[in-house]
Formats: sequence, structure tokens, C-alpha cells
Amino acid sequence: MAILVDEHTRLAVAGITGREGSFHTLNNRAYGTNVVGGVTPGKGGQDVEGIPVFDSWAQAMLEVQPNTAMIFVPPRFAADSILEAAAAGVQLVIAITEGIPAHDELRVYNILKRDHPMTRLIGPNCPGILSPGKANVGIIPASFFEQGNVGVVSRSGTLTYQIGNEIAQAGFGCSTIVGIGGDPVPGSSFVDVLELFQSDAQTELIVLSGEIGGSAEEEAAEYISAHVSKPVVAYIAGFTAPAGKQMGHAGAIISGTAGTAAAKAQALEAKGVRVGRTPTEVAQIAVQILGGAPITTG
Amino acid sequence: MDLLEYQGKQLFARHGLRVSSGEAVTTVKDAVRAADEVGYPVVVKAQVLIGGRGKAGGVKLAANAEEVREHATNILGMDIRGHTVRTLWIEHASDIASEYYASVLLDRSAKQPLVMFSVEGGVDIEEVAERAPEKLIRHHIDPLAGLSREEAVKIATDGGADGDVVEGVADALLALYEVWLAEDATLAEINPLIVTPAREVKALDAKVSLDGNALYRHPENQELSDSENEDPIERRAKEEGVQYVKLDGDIGILGNGAGLVMSTLDVVAQAGGSPANFLDAGGGSDAEKIKQAVRLILANDAVKAVLFNIFGGITRCDEVAKGLIAAFADIGEDGRSVPFVVRLDGTNDVQGRELLQQAALPNVYTARTMNEAAEKVVALAREQGVGARA
Repeated sequence: MAILVDEHTRLAVAGITGREGSFHTLNNRAYGTNVVGGVTPGKGGQDVEGIPVFDSWAQAMLEVQPNTAMIFVPPRFAADSILEAAAAGVQLVIAITEGIPAHDELRVYNILKRDHPMTRLIGPNCPGILSPGKANVGIIPASFFEQGNVGVVSRSGTLTYQIGNEIAQAGFGCSTIVGIGGDPVPGSSFVDVLELFQSDAQTELIVLSGEIGGSAEEEAAEYISAHVSKPVVAYIAGFTAPAGKQMGHAGAIISGTAGTAAAKAQALEAKGVRVGRTPTEVAQIAVQILGGAPITTG
Repeated sequence: MDLLEYQGKQLFARHGLRVSSGEAVTTVKDAVRAADEVGYPVVVKAQVLIGGRGKAGGVKLAANAEEVREHATNILGMDIRGHTVRTLWIEHASDIASEYYASVLLDRSAKQPLVMFSVEGGVDIEEVAERAPEKLIRHHIDPLAGLSREEAVKIATDGGADGDVVEGVADALLALYEVWLAEDATLAEINPLIVTPAREVKALDAKVSLDGNALYRHPENQELSDSENEDPIERRAKEEGVQYVKLDGDIGILGNGAGLVMSTLDVVAQAGGSPANFLDAGGGSDAEKIKQAVRLILANDAVKAVLFNIFGGITRCDEVAKGLIAAFADIGEDGRSVPFVVRLDGTNDVQGRELLQQAALPNVYTARTMNEAAEKVVALAREQGVGARA
């Protein structure tokens, strides 16, 4: 099983001819992901190590039928590329691009909802999605993860690697790791991904890694208490962050009294979600629930 | 990017929102000259990016040049909750019949713009939302359609605006929405939006936040940041393209990835330490970028010990090690001896640790886990503290 990306993935990449785009596309292919094409306007007819490049998403759809799009183009072109992929009928769009204006994200989200309700957007400003042993779409270093029964959903990339690696060291693996990104208007929220994990047979436990800013964690808490029967372990980063200062991610900012780490942890705990105070503790709790041997603090 | 009141008002004026004429000044002499030009009475207003200016004594009415001189002298240089006043906005004082509130913001939860309006302006709006939520109108806008005149009139009417100014309030809401949209703002707020005895609707204050990611579309707004009031290290970091936020503690922090750095700050705090900064070296940092980051961290004199927490994904641990070794050559020159705790995990971690071992840098300690690293750096900072006092 796993969710979103697997052996049925047919990936095409916008920005495949760029330095980062080609590097990560080839990495994904080396992992075993089925990469069927790339899109770069003006470079149709070329290829990147045997991967055919098309001028447009419509053309890519006609020729190689991708079901998954990865967006690697610079911020000012990203919104149009996402919408073009959706218009061509791609059902899953994963946007890695960082630095897209919030108003563009807002427009993309609302156009997708109105005109392309069948297309799911993950990101932008996210590390992508990895289903260990099946497919890797994005920049997540796959070597730190094993295949298994823990589903991970996170607003942060490196923090996910940290938690996933600790779980792997304790002898457990992951069904799918989904980075939803650290921007103010992500295409998919915790709730969207929790829903998928809840109905995924491979996933037995869910790790949710949140951070300061917005109210996505609070909404996840409500959703979990109503709809998720699988155990969820959460982590929230940013207890020491001062109000009004953006902590790296465009979405990680405490405004007024809203969006603090303490409020998020409380909201989750109030709904019975166990919250680890460090990434290590999150892995420990997860392993404990899964019935593994207790690991030592370190 | 938050704007000062007068910068926000300039954007307002550009989009047809009515504001009082005024001038931004930085000296007492210019304050008096500006006051003479705009005409008495004037209001002398401290320009700082923090609320509660009035209560702190940073907003004063002046009837003549003598009073302007007195207030400007007192307010310039004043500290308002950690923000030093360097700029004053001198504007002609307005007669006020009513004080309303209006804002447009990006509602992240609804993923739509939200227009808010209340006839209870001039006070903390969060207090109104709590005390009398029915008096704060919240109206979501379809961003693909925009705010229509009909909707704006309805918001003003539902909010209880006086009948004779409903049209004027609607005009102000439409202009405010235009500011929000056209300038790529995440927040555009007026508190208070006043009605004058002559029944004019006017913005008496302005709070605007612009989206830094969209500045490439607005070259004219790039100069608007409050760079004078910015922390000098933060300003340098911004120029160098490094994500750095100064904090109050004494332990310098460097990590890769915003989430991991935030988490590192938390783990250090849990270990009893106090972080001196947030620094995200980002993905794929090379040695040169690491070296530059170390310089930024050490530019803060309060730093007594530094923690490197790297989980290599795109970032390669051997590059981080090389950067640290190169940075140490610099540190040697300026003579600061600050202990470093380095935790390298992930891509090329073995090579990175080997490089550090070979370099045998004085005062560099390694740790295998995040928790161990945090405990070690807190202990080292304490020792340094004792040493400094002795």
C-alpha cells in the first residue's frame, strides 16, 4: 500500500533541465521511481539521460501520461507550472520550489479547488514524498528510511529526516513520508494526509511533525479525535521562538497570541495525541506503542 | 516584512485611501519645520514596529512649535519595548467623531482573504473580538472574484457604520483590499479608521505586512524595511542571504533546515541553556557558506559557546566540516576562543567527523546525538560564563 507515491507512479518533472531539477530527478530514478518525462518550455525534443523533455504539460500528457508532477522551476514560474500540470490532468502535483509569493499560493489553491478538484497539490516549499522501497519523489534522502508501518507527515524537511532516522535505528520503518511544506498556504494540510494514512493498510502509526505559525496542528487535533483510530505521535518545533519573528519558513511565525508551540501541543494532547518534547522522544514513544524494545535515551 | 506607520500610509495613499498629510523626520529641527508646514495642531508619532506606542508616551499632540520641540526631544531615542525610536511621523491632527476598525488579511486556515470591520476601533481589536465578537464583522472573500462594492457596502452596514458614511467606509474597504492585493500584503490594517465631524473617512494609523517572497514584483517597496531599527547582525545576514534571527541568550546555534534549527533551539532550552540566535544554513550549504555563518554567529558578543546541529540530506557533512575548519583559521586571527560542539549525522557524516578529527581544532567537541550535543554545549557555556567573571 503506502500513500500517494508507489510502484504505479509515473513521474514527470517541470524544471528537469535545471541543475537541481536534473540532479534530483536522476536520484529519484536511481531509487526506482518510474520517471517518464520532463517539461521545460523551449526544450521539447531534448532528453535528460534518456528522459524525454516536452515543451508543455499538455504535450507530456499526450506522449507519456504522467500521473504525478514534480515542480522544480523558480518561484516566479511555479504557480503557472502547477496549474498547467493540473489542467493537463495530472492528479498529484508535488511542488518543491521555495519562495513562491503567498498570493500566488492562494490563487493556485483556489483555482485548483474550483477548476481541478481531482488534482492534489503537495507543497510548495516541501521536500517531497517517499514511500520506502517503492518510490521517491523529491529531495528526501532515502537512505535514512526503512520500509515499514509508520506514516510520517511533516512541515519540515530535515526534522523529518531526524525523526525517521531515529525510528529506523530502533528497527522500524515507514510506509510513506510526506513533507507538506513550511509555507503559509500549503496545497495539502495535515488533515488531508491524515485521512490518507488512516485508510492505508500498511500504516499502523502516524507521526505528525508540526511547527509554530498558523493553525494546521490545531485543526489536525480536531480531525484526529473525530476520524483517526490509529495512534498518532506528534512533535512541535518552536517553543523558544519569539513572537513576530519569522523562523526560516515563511509560515513559521507567531502572530499575536496565535500559533505558539505550547498552544499546539496542548491542543493535540487535549485530544489524546501524545506529544514528544524532542525528536528522540517522539521516536521513543512511537517505538513503545509499536511494541518494540525500549531504546535508551541519547 | 512589516512596515512603519508612515510607510503603510504612503501605500494607502497610492491606492486612494484618505490619510492626513504629514512628514517623516529624524531630528527635532526637522520635526518643527515639518509641523510648521503641515499646520498646527499636529501629532508627533514614534515610528516603531510595536504596538502600545501611545501608552508608552510615544504619541503626543502639539499645539505649537515649542510643544513639538519638547515632544520630539523626548520621543526621539525613546525605547519602546525594546525598539528605539529613530523616526517621527508629524501629521496634522484630525478631529474625530468616531473610531472604526478595518483590516484585510490572509486567513491561512480558510485559505481566503478575510476582511474585518468594527465600529469599535481605536482599541485593541483582539479585546473587542473577545468581549463583543458580534461587533467584529468577519467576511471571507473569494480571491478569484475579489471584493465587490456590494460586499463592501454590506460589511459596512452589517458592522453598524453610521448611515451617512456607509459609502465612505465601503470606499475605504475597497481601497484597503486593493492595497492588500496589489502590494502583495499579508496584512493591511487600519486602527483607527476615523470619521471626522465633516464626515470624512480617513486612516489614522496603518499596519501593513508585505510578503518578502513577492518583493521582486515590487522593486519600489524594497527599500521600505525598517533597516535602521534592525539588529545589525540580522541586517548583515539578510544582505548575505542567510536566515538569521537574533535571540537573547548566549549559545550560538547553526543547523540546516528551519524545522531542525527550531527544534535545536528547543532542545538547548530544555537542557537549561539559552540560544543566542536562529541560523538556518539551508540545504546544500558549501564550506564557504558555513564559514560565513560562523562569522555571523560570532559577531554577537554574547555568544559563549556554539552548537552545530547538522542532519545531512542535500547538505553534505564533509562540506560543513571543511567550512568549520576554514572558519577557525579566521577565529584564530581575531583571538576569540569560543568552544564549539558539533553533531554531524546523515550524508557523508563519517567523512565529516574524520576531517574534524584530523584537523584537531582546539575547543571543538563532537557529539553523536542532538540531546547529547545540547547538554554538552550548555555545560561549556556555563564554564565560559564562570571564566569570564573570574
